[in-house]
Amino acid sequence: MALNSTRFQVETADDGRQVLSIAGEWTVWTVASVEEQLRNTRIKYDAILDVRELGRIDTSGAYLIDRIFGALEGVDDPIEIRGEHPSIGRLLGKVRKASPAAPPDPIRPPGIIALLDRAGHGAVEAWREFLGTLSFIGETMATLGRLIVNPRKIRWTSVVALMEEVGLDALPIVCFLSFFIGLVIAFIGANLLAMFNASVFTVELVGIGMLREFGAVLTAILLAGRTDSAFTAQIGAMKMRQEIDAMRTIGLDPMEALVAPRLIALLVMTPLLTFAATIAGIIGGLIAAWSAMGISPTLFIERFKDVVPEQHFWVGIVKTPVFAIVVALVGCRQGMLVEGDVVSLGRRTTSAVVQSIFLVIAIDAVFAMLFYQLNV
Amino acid sequence: MSYDAALDQNRDAAAGNVAIRVRGLTNRFGSHTVHEDLDLDVMKGEILGVIGGSGTGKSVLLRSIVGLNKPVTGEIEVFGERLNDLSREERIKIERRWGVMFQDGALFSTLTVRENVMTPMIEHTKIPPQLMRELADLKIRLAGLELEAAAKAPGDLSGGMRKRAALARALALDPDLVFLDEPTAGLDPIGAQKFDELVQSLSRALGLTVFLVTHDLDTLVAICDRIAVLSDGKVLAVGPLEEVRKNPHPWIQEYFSGPRGRAAVR
Repeated sequence: MALNSTRFQVETADDGRQVLSIAGEWTVWTVASVEEQLRNTRIKYDAILDVRELGRIDTSGAYLIDRIFGALEGVDDPIEIRGEHPSIGRLLGKVRKASPAAPPDPIRPPGIIALLDRAGHGAVEAWREFLGTLSFIGETMATLGRLIVNPRKIRWTSVVALMEEVGLDALPIVCFLSFFIGLVIAFIGANLLAMFNASVFTVELVGIGMLREFGAVLTAILLAGRTDSAFTAQIGAMKMRQEIDAMRTIGLDPMEALVAPRLIALLVMTPLLTFAATIAGIIGGLIAAWSAMGISPTLFIERFKDVVPEQHFWVGIVKTPVFAIVVALVGCRQGMLVEGDVVSLGRRTTSAVVQSIFLVIAIDAVFAMLFYQLNV
Repeated sequence: MSYDAALDQNRDAAAGNVAIRVRGLTNRFGSHTVHEDLDLDVMKGEILGVIGGSGTGKSVLLRSIVGLNKPVTGEIEVFGERLNDLSREERIKIERRWGVMFQDGALFSTLTVRENVMTPMIEHTKIPPQLMRELADLKIRLAGLELEAAAKAPGDLSGGMRKRAALARALALDPDLVFLDEPTAGLDPIGAQKFDELVQSLSRALGLTVFLVTHDLDTLVAICDRIAVLSDGKVLAVGPLEEVRKNPHPWIQEYFSGPRGRAAVR
């Protein structure tokens, strides 16, 4: 056995007292090797600790020794030490004072109760979330109303900067995505419609699809992912660093300074982005029709003018302000809900994106039913 | 083999007694020079307080020593090993021998306090989980926290408790050397005094070398064995408090003879 390997031995001396001899290194790096053995060792509280062969020791080693001496029956007598060691006395004293009194295992309720508990919490949380959203919408509308009455209080610098950030900067990705969706729709249509010898109807498919649904919904979903996460992270970080509290103490209304400019910027930019997305999607469809079916661009545009009525454009564009409001409000509200720690920032950003994508699609479905009933 | 070196209170600058040796350290951020040819020795077993005005690079010095900041030039030796020359494995070996406590604690917010303290153990040792939990609880109590705090998330703790939890994590592997960045900043005077006493008693009992960056005059007076004053990118003066106070440099004079300084050293 190596000279400084961790080891211990219990002997009974001539006078009947036990002697615990410890030797080698007793540090956080080495104690794992004797831990199990030591846990099963029982010694009398009046045993003597022999440290003559002890090497380095730290609090981990001292804790283990103290555990077999003291932790058995809550004994608090000082340990009698035989031999000289520069630090064991002090370490044992320090460790004895800090020894955890009770086993630290937390009480866990049984599985089924824990499940019910979580389900209950979840339900209450969902209800609170709903109420909170309603109250936030109300607050925002009140702020917006005040700003309409007194438009000088609108922060135009901030609005314009945000318009660039959420609108102009999003333009390439929105157009790119929409272009490919248009392309894909046209290809699917071309194959299916060719079976009925009606491939020229691809124009209607692409035109009506892009104008009514895809332009608006794609843009909204992209904004929900791209802009909402940014809103939540920005406002949330400000909340974490108490900037929002500071604004309130200076008399700045965070609703006016942070939420309103974001809402206005999105209200202006979402319809414009949707328009650009729709055009890009139609161009995608046009290229697909041209390359796969030989429908020339001139024919495509002529037919588009003839068979796609203007109302489809308005059906698509009328939804965009609603989407803008949803995206802006969800992002800002989740940002305001961020608490002091990093975990909540991550959680809030996730729920902002999830909630707004969900809402965009749900609201789109409601619109679809509405327009169906109205026959537009 | 005996464990005496770290407990040696001898202030002799003999090579074996130096825990940290900084030579010719230069740090520059853009055109702004923070350190210029800075030299500093930290002895084993001592509590060294590093002071200096805001922006004199106290924290940068700490970061340079623990390797979070790559200096432009200069040599840093910790326990006789030149940090620049070390391989990855050797470097990890050295890193296990020190613990760092950051100014705001820098506890991992996704973990409980106990898990925070266990993290270095999980990463570096082969201790069985149950013993690891027991040792983590021991460290938490050593740092002056009650066990109720162990299962809490760092976000639920007060500032003072967070600092203690951070100290517990810094002590997780029983390091020989502890870096504390403004440990008492933001604590109330009673909490700060308790923290000082804690650091001192731990340093004495465990034979810790403590590198302490601070603004707190009371900490300097109460627990620091030596003080290093940073200014103009260099160590202006280093030595026991009484010695440093006599230094005629205007900043030092202003520091110790202002109302706060006088109150603290009285």
